[in-house]
Amino acid sequence: MRTENQKAWFFVLPVLALVAFNALVPMMTVVNYSVQETFGNNQFFWEGLGWFEQILRSDRFQAALGRQFLFTFLILIIEVPLGIIVALSMPRKGFWVPVCLVLMALPMLIPWNVVGSMWNIFTLPKIGLMGYFLNDVLGINYDMTQQPLSAWITVIVMDVWHWTSLVVLLCYAGLVSIPDAYYQAAKIDGASPWSVFRYIQLPKMKTVLTIAILLRFMDSFNIYTEPFVLTGGGPGNSTTLLSIDLVKIALGQFDLGPAAAMSLIYFAITLLVSWVFYTLMTKDDAQ
Amino acid sequence: MAQINLSNLKHSYMPAPKGPEDYALKEIDVTWRDGGAYALLGPSGCGKSTLLNIISGLLTPSEGQILFDDRDVTALPPDQRNIAQVFQFPVIYDTMTVGENLAFPLKNRGVDAATIKRRVDEIAEMLDVTDMLNTRASGLSPDNKQKISMGRGLVRDDVNAVMFDEPLTVIDPHLKWKLRSKLKELHQRVKATMIYVTHDQTEALTFADEVVVMQEGEVVQIGTPVELFERPQHTFVGHFIGSPGMNVLPCEVKGDRAVFEGHEVMLEGPTRGDGGRTDLGIRPEYVGFGETGIPAQVTKVSDIGRHYVVSAMVGNTALKAVAEHNAPNLGSHVFLQFKPEQSRVYRDGWIATEERAQ
Repeated sequence: MRTENQKAWFFVLPVLALVAFNALVPMMTVVNYSVQETFGNNQFFWEGLGWFEQILRSDRFQAALGRQFLFTFLILIIEVPLGIIVALSMPRKGFWVPVCLVLMALPMLIPWNVVGSMWNIFTLPKIGLMGYFLNDVLGINYDMTQQPLSAWITVIVMDVWHWTSLVVLLCYAGLVSIPDAYYQAAKIDGASPWSVFRYIQLPKMKTVLTIAILLRFMDSFNIYTEPFVLTGGGPGNSTTLLSIDLVKIALGQFDLGPAAAMSLIYFAITLLVSWVFYTLMTKDDAQ
Repeated sequence: MAQINLSNLKHSYMPAPKGPEDYALKEIDVTWRDGGAYALLGPSGCGKSTLLNIISGLLTPSEGQILFDDRDVTALPPDQRNIAQVFQFPVIYDTMTVGENLAFPLKNRGVDAATIKRRVDEIAEMLDVTDMLNTRASGLSPDNKQKISMGRGLVRDDVNAVMFDEPLTVIDPHLKWKLRSKLKELHQRVKATMIYVTHDQTEALTFADEVVVMQEGEVVQIGTPVELFERPQHTFVGHFIGSPGMNVLPCEVKGDRAVFEGHEVMLEGPTRGDGGRTDLGIRPEYVGFGETGIPAQVTKVSDIGRHYVVSAMVGNTALKAVAEHNAPNLGSHVFLQFKPEQSRVYRDGWIATEERAQ
């Protein structure tokens, strides 16, 4: 016998109201802007899907999107393996465990704009410690304010410095949950270190790794503060990622319509890629 | 296949052990015959898992030697000792199929594909898992997982010994019995030396030809299940094995008799040594009821199905007796009779009476 009871819905209502006020309603205003044109005076003219078409066709958007994908790809390909390696080499027990954990957590505790400022000062060619060291001691021509490549390297290194810890901590949590018996059995079975990683550690880390990759994808795809403070999108447009470009259009040029359309496209891409990632990574479990 | 010899084995988890209390294993000298089924029995923390890990090579002992036949393996890593170990919680490789799990130890040793297939099929047939060979191992029930981890040990035909570290802990009670008889059957088929660690006396006594009883890092008695039951060498063995355990009653020794709460009790034979603390040990099964004997008052009667367990007070000492039928009433006054050939004196825990020549 199953008794149907709809009362539970009432308990969800307060949350629904809260979410509506802080997410759905603002979101709908964006949708509203994205299909209209305004010249001020609170007067709006119907534009249809025009802004969407304009954004999707524009070279500027396509370039920013390309940079964004390249950035996220590089971040994932560096931070995920690096995070796994660091997690594997951290001690399992003893005095150094809390020390390592605190050291790992430190970069993540620093506010994002502070990270940007830190790296800006650190890498400035004449006065920054790293900038000075590279140019004047090692003789490498490095200037992130002038050279696109230097700027890219700096932005990537900064993000790796800031966020690899997240992957490390998640993987570490997965690793310490493996009972000793697994390692002992592997020893007895004569497994090589690679087999231990491939058949014991990696499968046990899979769930947390999925979360780590998803979080790193979303955060790096939506990144704004750190590169904005570090390079401001320059030199030229070389480090103008999607969110930086979006802010330029919305608040710099005050083109509310195109900015709204771009926001929605941006959001849709993030959602779609996250969904694809998640589906692919959890596909095996369904069997 | 090998005979396993442990000589003067000691182990401490501390870097600089001082007294005997710092040792998890205090001085172990045991010989395990090739092809035997042994159980290591003792309460949690008595050192039995430590001993097992030393034999398998996961731990290196602080002192002493381990010999497989005549080869000293003390310094060898686990994979070179050709031993198999089954752990408390089933260890399986989640991403592999059952077949791949079974083949894994052989693959790691570079065995050729045809041999691997033959061995895996053989073992699968032995364990009744042939129909699961192609399923993912992660979805199996705990008892099947435990079978697979057992299989990974048996699949190598050069296995010296298979060790079990409380392998039935996570198995449902009704499957425990099945898996236990499977184990027994496997032992008869593969004839490898098997060492089974447990704190459950039923598991130990049903599995093993010989049981090693341990307490606080020491071996207190090695014997067949019958020997352990009939003639415990230490009060600990008497108390730990049997349900309920042996009565251990403070007494004084007077010639070839023990005096317990002012009553003289005939013993199995003459008593050795003197001094120390003396106790009278007798199993509840050998305490009978009669018209005469030691007066006692019944404080509790538990019906445990096959028989009754009667708790009684003699003076200020509580003891237990087993009544097959006609259990006395609660509170009634009864007379207890101790079977002389099963009444023994223990001095400082160790047996002090000698068996009378038959």
